[in-house]
Amino acid sequence: MEKKKTKSEFDFEHPTDIAWCPGCGNFNILDALKGALFELGVSRKTLVMVSGIGQAAKAPQYLNAHYFNGLHGRSLPVATGIKASNPELIVIAQSGDGCMYGEGGNHFIHTIRRNPDITNIVHNNMVYGLTKGQASPTSMVGFTTKVQVSGVHAEAFNPLAVAIALDASFVARAFAGDVEQTKELMKQAITLRGYALLDVLQPCVTFNHVNTHKWFKEHIYYLDDKHDPHDRDGAFGIATQKDRFGLGVLYTNPEKLIFEDHLEAYLDDKRPLFQRRVDVDKIAELIITRRA
Amino acid sequence: MFQNRNDISIVLSGEAGQGLQTLEQLMLRVFKKAGYYVFSYSEFMSRIRGGNNSTQIRVSSHRVRSYTDRIDIFVPMNEEATIRFHERITPETVIIAEPAMVDPQYLEGNFTVLDVAFGDLGREAGGKIYLNSVMLGLFAGIFGVDIHLVENVLRDEFHTKEESVVANNFRAADLGQTLGWQLLENNLEHFAIEKTDDVKEELLMNGVDAVGLGGLAGGCNFVSSYPMSPSTGVLVFFARHAKDFGVVVEQAEDEICAINMCLGSWYAGGKAMVTTSGGGFALMSEGLSLAGCTETPIVIHIGQRPGPATGLPTRTEQADLEIALYAGHGEFPRIILAPGSITDAFILTKRAFDLADTYQVPVIILSDQYFLETNMVLPALEIRELDEKHRIVKTKDDYQRYAITRNGVSPRGIPGYGTGIVCVDSDEHDEGGYITEDPAMRNAMVEKRLRKRKGILKDALPPKLIGAQEYECILVGWGSTFNVISEAVEQIGREDIALLHFSQVYPLHGDTAGLINKAEKKIIIENNATGQLAKLIKLETGIDFDHKILKYSGMQFSLEEVVERVRELV
Repeated sequence: MEKKKTKSEFDFEHPTDIAWCPGCGNFNILDALKGALFELGVSRKTLVMVSGIGQAAKAPQYLNAHYFNGLHGRSLPVATGIKASNPELIVIAQSGDGCMYGEGGNHFIHTIRRNPDITNIVHNNMVYGLTKGQASPTSMVGFTTKVQVSGVHAEAFNPLAVAIALDASFVARAFAGDVEQTKELMKQAITLRGYALLDVLQPCVTFNHVNTHKWFKEHIYYLDDKHDPHDRDGAFGIATQKDRFGLGVLYTNPEKLIFEDHLEAYLDDKRPLFQRRVDVDKIAELIITRRA
Repeated sequence: MFQNRNDISIVLSGEAGQGLQTLEQLMLRVFKKAGYYVFSYSEFMSRIRGGNNSTQIRVSSHRVRSYTDRIDIFVPMNEEATIRFHERITPETVIIAEPAMVDPQYLEGNFTVLDVAFGDLGREAGGKIYLNSVMLGLFAGIFGVDIHLVENVLRDEFHTKEESVVANNFRAADLGQTLGWQLLENNLEHFAIEKTDDVKEELLMNGVDAVGLGGLAGGCNFVSSYPMSPSTGVLVFFARHAKDFGVVVEQAEDEICAINMCLGSWYAGGKAMVTTSGGGFALMSEGLSLAGCTETPIVIHIGQRPGPATGLPTRTEQADLEIALYAGHGEFPRIILAPGSITDAFILTKRAFDLADTYQVPVIILSDQYFLETNMVLPALEIRELDEKHRIVKTKDDYQRYAITRNGVSPRGIPGYGTGIVCVDSDEHDEGGYITEDPAMRNAMVEKRLRKRKGILKDALPPKLIGAQEYECILVGWGSTFNVISEAVEQIGREDIALLHFSQVYPLHGDTAGLINKAEKKIIIENNATGQLAKLIKLETGIDFDHKILKYSGMQFSLEEVVERVRELV
């Protein structure tokens, strides 16, 4: 696959070396993201990357933009807090499958319900990398590791099916081996108003010797015009296919109100919170009502 | 009867769901409008219906600020009430009740039981729902309060209801008043509590209001929390005022989300607070540590209740000082405040936002169930001198979030304001915010964070000395026990006893050791089982207390109890 390098303001000389293994899918995902941001004309001054912990969560380190690299599993609450405090910012929460679907599983569910206008990019390589090769929530049944010595017995977490069940605003899947499509899907996810999930399938060259690049090539296919992304049942059917991974936009419901639309703080005043000042007179009035 | 006729203690007791708290609020407003100082405290069981709850209302000619064991007038509204309160009902207590609500033990001996057919009166007024207004009228009658004041309060309360509802309530109050007059005429000695006009201009507030208003005054514009007794009132306060004051309010899926959302908010320029109790705060420990490493400000209100685990969900305790002190892995500075009075809670919550912003550290406010559910009258709050400071800097191209500075505080920029980029990391990081494992940089960052302690200490609030300035015996307390201990010191009235109260419990002010060591006899008073502040003082100053007055039953100290236990020791 031909890689299209995009030079943009998001590129920079990182002060230390990049902590990813040679050949890791993360490089492609980072390239796709830089390309998407460049093509959308996003200014780095308004972009905030939020991540958790893990190898994928280091991606914002290598992108010249604002970032909040928080705790394992907690990037979605942080991203929601940022967006709700300054809706003018573009907020992307990016992390791996263990971070988003395991440690942060509860936040994943409730962020979809809340529907803030953020983009959620999940590097899904079906294995834990930074802790050296244990099963992740998306590891397939039978996958053996030093901890899951007789193979994973729990059903793999299906993030897309969960997101569709919760009527997420946007649900898509990409493959890190296809930078061009990944980039295009990122552009759609970022542009969409509301919570957008982009699950990016990705080989782990070091720890996952089952779901290899070759394995993914054999199990992915591209969704075509026959699938209408507004068809929730159809989308659910695609999301629950066994051993087949449809790439593209599975589902979208762009008509939904977003979290920020419901916030009373913005009903009469659209300014970000940092531009506002305490209204001392109003507080004085409220205090006087306590004369009862 | 009525031992102290300028200070009457009324206790109403019934089951959950009878509208006791509404009646409490109505009575407070009526008495205050009439020119009396009032105090009230509600205690309740962890259930929605049934059981036995109570509210104490003190009506007085002077400022009253604490819970007393003494009951002058007791109104039992279910069968359990007189049984549950048997230790506090004395021959001096006047019981006003339907006969069915009084345990037979009070029908013999020298107890005063006044039979009142509340049920009949309620029915006469139009139904059981008017019983509260009958009760309100009854007390207006007994205390000689103008019925128009009662009507004003009722009109205000029911202004959204139909006129017939208002009329029925007026009628109920009228019936109650007539009954009150009859009781006063036939069964009670006449008494008259002195009234004052001063009280009318003062404020009637509880701990929840004070934390909420202090938060607004401090610029709080983001609250994310998970409901947990007794801290939920603060979340409700902000939800109620969200639109008027532009506050983002969100009920999080759990406390972990709550604190992380708030950190996101501060990072993006908001001023955020979580409100929780010990168990919820335990879940926030990791987020607290994140605030420490990323140097993101955060204000955390902990309404303490007895633990461990679920403990006594609706009761009170001061046993979360140690978790507030030690929660969060790793080493980083923090500030812990523990307001003693309602006024204090307003000022300190406001201050918490400024301290968090100034030093970019977590600031924890420790209150408790007793404090939050206590209503009292207080003088006007001064808000103008507390102007909000703006500490966010506009970033330039070469901005570095963690620039090494002499005082440890790096200018805090936010995304979207200026041309620089703002990178924060929970991993150890360099000045720009990028991950590093360089030992020299690690040392520099640890030392930078810990250097803030110097400034924090300079800004620490000194403990407040109440009573004798030259004292032999010092009573040391913190947080919500301020009022009960200071009222006890007044009542004991000795010239050699003083109260030293800490409303900042960490870090302790530099005068702490000197002030305590001046006393021959050192007594600590805490609403917990192990003397957590005593341990902290020992750790920081080496001082041992001679005596510890501790209480951990889940109930707050009463005035009589503090007076008695102190007298035993001095």
